[in-house]
Amino acid sequence: MKKYSRSDENVAMKLHYDVLRDDFSRAGEASSKIKNMLRQLAIDANILRRIAIATYEAEINLVIHSYGGSIDVYIKSDCIEIYVEDSGPGIENVELAMTKGFSTATNIAREMGFGAGMGLPNMEKVSDEFIIESERDKGTNIKMVVNY
Amino acid sequence: MHLRAIKESVKATVLAYEKGIDLDIHTAFGSDLMSDVLAYVEEDTLLITGLTNHQVIRTAEMLDLKAILFVRGKMPCQEVIELAEEKKILLMMTKESLFTVAGILYGEGLRGISI
Repeated sequence: MKKYSRSDENVAMKLHYDVLRDDFSRAGEASSKIKNMLRQLAIDANILRRIAIATYEAEINLVIHSYGGSIDVYIKSDCIEIYVEDSGPGIENVELAMTKGFSTATNIAREMGFGAGMGLPNMEKVSDEFIIESERDKGTNIKMVVNY
Repeated sequence: MHLRAIKESVKATVLAYEKGIDLDIHTAFGSDLMSDVLAYVEEDTLLITGLTNHQVIRTAEMLDLKAILFVRGKMPCQEVIELAEEKKILLMMTKESLFTVAGILYGEGLRGISI
């Protein structure tokens, strides 16, 4: 299995967004900015949708579950790479978390329309490459690649 | 089905971006779970939901959905209406339930998405 690492080779442009914990009303702003930026670069609509879903689910996860984190987008000539990193609390059982329908979300998350246990499976579904690493009390790193 | 005809069939009122009402829509998806909307909706579809927060508008934005119909008389707050206006998403609201709305619109020829 591939290990999580950032690859700085041939990056045409980098975007960086910080996402705060429990910032429910602003959740989605970073993904919206990413989508608008990529649209201006005339990226194909289908690719754009997949990236929008990947970043939005990741952003919602950061708001709901993490102590805060960041989303970095690397725009390359043949693909887009998305790096999602947080500072904890980490996922106890990644395999379980990847199962459709499994959720540890709070009622607030559910009231927003999330917490159905579809976030991580959705992110994997729209990615050509998906790597998740998590360590309890340290944090979670996710890399998603969408090829053109 | 034309959005204006949808509005009339379910006796809806327009809450935001009325300009967007002159559009034909072929499919609809009814859910209060935005993750399911993100997982399954793949084409330009009418979103029918009883959820009225920011995340509904954000979800529609991510999927390039052009119209949302709120059911059960749920009114979004002003901020949510403004966000929809900014994102050029038509918002409508009806007092009917999701089930009733789905039945009426199906009867008029609107179809669900394939899953």
